[in-house]
Amino acid sequence: MDDIYDRRTFLRAAAAAGAAWAAADVAELEEALAWAARQVEANGATSLNVLKTAEAGVIDAMTSRIVPSVDGKPGAHEAGVVYFIDRALATFNADQKKLFAEGIANLNRRAARRWKAASFTALTTAEQDELLHAIEKTPFFKAVRLNTIVGTFALPAWGGNRDYAGWHLLGFEHQPRFQPPFGYYDADINRRS
Amino acid sequence: MAQILPHAQFQPSDTVDFVIVGSGAAGGIIAKELSTAGFSVVVLEQGPRLTESQFDHDEFDTFKRSHNCNDPVTQPQTFRATPHDKAKKALSLIYGRLVGGSNAHFTGNFWRLRPSDFNEASVLGAMKGTGLADWPITYEELEPYYTKAEWELGVSGEPGPFDPPRSRPYPMPPLPVKSSGVLLERGARALGLHPQPTPMAINSQSYNGRPACQHCGFCLFFMCEFRSKSTSMATMLPLAEATGRCEIRPDSYVARVETGPDGRATGVTYFGAGKQLQMQHARAVVLCANGAETPRLLLNSESSRFPHGLGNSSGLVGKYLMFNTYFGVNAQFEHPLNEFKSVQNTRMVLDFYETDPRRGFYGGGGIDARFGRYPISFALEGLPPGSPEWGEDFARTLTEQFPRTMLFATHGTSMPLEANSITLDPQLKDAWGLPCMRVTYKDHPDDLKCSAFLTSHAMEIARAAGALKMWAEPIRPQTQGVHLLGTCRMGNDPRMSVVDRYHRTHDVPNLFICDGSSMVTSSRGQPTATISALAFRAGEHIAAFARRGEI
Repeated sequence: MDDIYDRRTFLRAAAAAGAAWAAADVAELEEALAWAARQVEANGATSLNVLKTAEAGVIDAMTSRIVPSVDGKPGAHEAGVVYFIDRALATFNADQKKLFAEGIANLNRRAARRWKAASFTALTTAEQDELLHAIEKTPFFKAVRLNTIVGTFALPAWGGNRDYAGWHLLGFEHQPRFQPPFGYYDADINRRS
Repeated sequence: MAQILPHAQFQPSDTVDFVIVGSGAAGGIIAKELSTAGFSVVVLEQGPRLTESQFDHDEFDTFKRSHNCNDPVTQPQTFRATPHDKAKKALSLIYGRLVGGSNAHFTGNFWRLRPSDFNEASVLGAMKGTGLADWPITYEELEPYYTKAEWELGVSGEPGPFDPPRSRPYPMPPLPVKSSGVLLERGARALGLHPQPTPMAINSQSYNGRPACQHCGFCLFFMCEFRSKSTSMATMLPLAEATGRCEIRPDSYVARVETGPDGRATGVTYFGAGKQLQMQHARAVVLCANGAETPRLLLNSESSRFPHGLGNSSGLVGKYLMFNTYFGVNAQFEHPLNEFKSVQNTRMVLDFYETDPRRGFYGGGGIDARFGRYPISFALEGLPPGSPEWGEDFARTLTEQFPRTMLFATHGTSMPLEANSITLDPQLKDAWGLPCMRVTYKDHPDDLKCSAFLTSHAMEIARAAGALKMWAEPIRPQTQGVHLLGTCRMGNDPRMSVVDRYHRTHDVPNLFICDGSSMVTSSRGQPTATISALAFRAGEHIAAFARRGEI
């Protein structure tokens, strides 16, 4: 894990943080920082509750096409989104179990009919994309897309976004503190001041 | 963390001096003012009491479970655009439901109103079909309390060229400018406009024992674990409790304001955590429950003596609901802005604030430069229309544009319209068996014209700032509100208002109301500074009335 997420690193950073912090109540700030460090600890799930292994394979393959890994950046697969989706189906998305089971079976049937493949997962990525384009207006695809996005970018505590893969993809950093300059356009003015 | 103090604890059967309903921007301030003035106070808050260690940065939870806000499952609402439509279940109003109220998770924007906001009706003339009216107080009367709010809470800012007169400077300099702020300045200056630092109730330096902002980026819809956001929760409630005369009672959902045979308030009945109904007796009642819950509570407090709801002889309780308008222009730039760092916004343009009859509509507004979207929202709705929605191009576009996108947000006027209102739903009940609120709301055509006008200027600013791509959110009637204003308006005429200039209800001498519902006009979009100033003023007057035996 990146050592920026290490609690002691935070506290050292806090101690060395300079003027803005000097006047603050250090004990209180340390506690806030320790809390913040706990918040950013990765916490991805690794076991399945609802999806069978073969079903999970299809969902994992779908999420890999919806938010694929490109240009060396992690995608939904690397973020472990299938575990987020499984956990969601076990809890707050329980009413979508049928939608997912039928959607997966339908996808496998189409793969068999068109390419005589054993499963959606046996297709090439180009074939998978073709099939997904054909179903992209269906409630099943829309649900998988929504869940893939949420699972990729939600806090790891929800079961996805493993090791902050989704946030690396976006260039989003989750840190308890930043210092100016923040971006390209404020660099000059914030370095001067 | 903060030192544990021996807080006051009262029994519901104790008759305290004041019971305050709601612990947000207004409730916290009034609790502090009354308890430091020597009165015993119980603050009832329907939500839980959370501490800094329970605050999180969980974007998903903000959508999924309404995240410390009113819960659409146990507290459903219905919505309709006009009284002729059938109301349907919908999450129309969103407000904080925790000790600290919506103020605990607000952005921090702290705009003052201008003198013109208080007397536009007499300056511009009445407007047919609307409830446009002058306030019973002037800017000059409220100014000392704006100053008090800025200094007691802690506001970072710097006056701009159009700012109203102020008796003291801001207590803290502005927060460091973000890239979005630099770009807004660049675009606005190129157009001859006058950008200025956004006044924010967030510490730019250590203030009153609370640290400077750490720029973590989680302000809007999140509570600040550093206590750098100058909320009523972080600043006022600790002072109130330190008096030993104020009890903050969480998980206390008020059902009714009770009245005696003489028509005076005797206290409130509320559901505790186990849904058991009990009564807190008090010499006077102050409602600070927000512009939706306050009128609902009054309407739910009907009795044979007050058949149309308490304090409602004018028939105006719940009417003239105003949301303000909010529409955005998204813009992509060449280089990373990293808007996810630090506070939501640091610069704004108020050149279009005043009503200008030549534009052909009433009202005006402001434009600020802001972050806009956390990761999930960005992936779902942060790309321009027609962008790829999945696949390699989608992933690539997200990588490229998340750091390079910002939002120019426009904030505008909502006209007070009698039809826009909070009423009780005739059928739907909440999990406690109380009638739910029914929201009726449709923007006035002028408000949508004003929004289109502001949006077109925001597009020009983005273009002049060098945006590579920009697109405006479509202007359409709003169905959701987070600014809940105007529903128990203040005024001198008991037939035309619910509370008087001191926030005392015209009908019940020991019942006071102070929150967004008191506002007579909506101004231009950021009500918290005004709600806070009104609360300091109300607190001072209510304490004086109590000392003189005039309650």
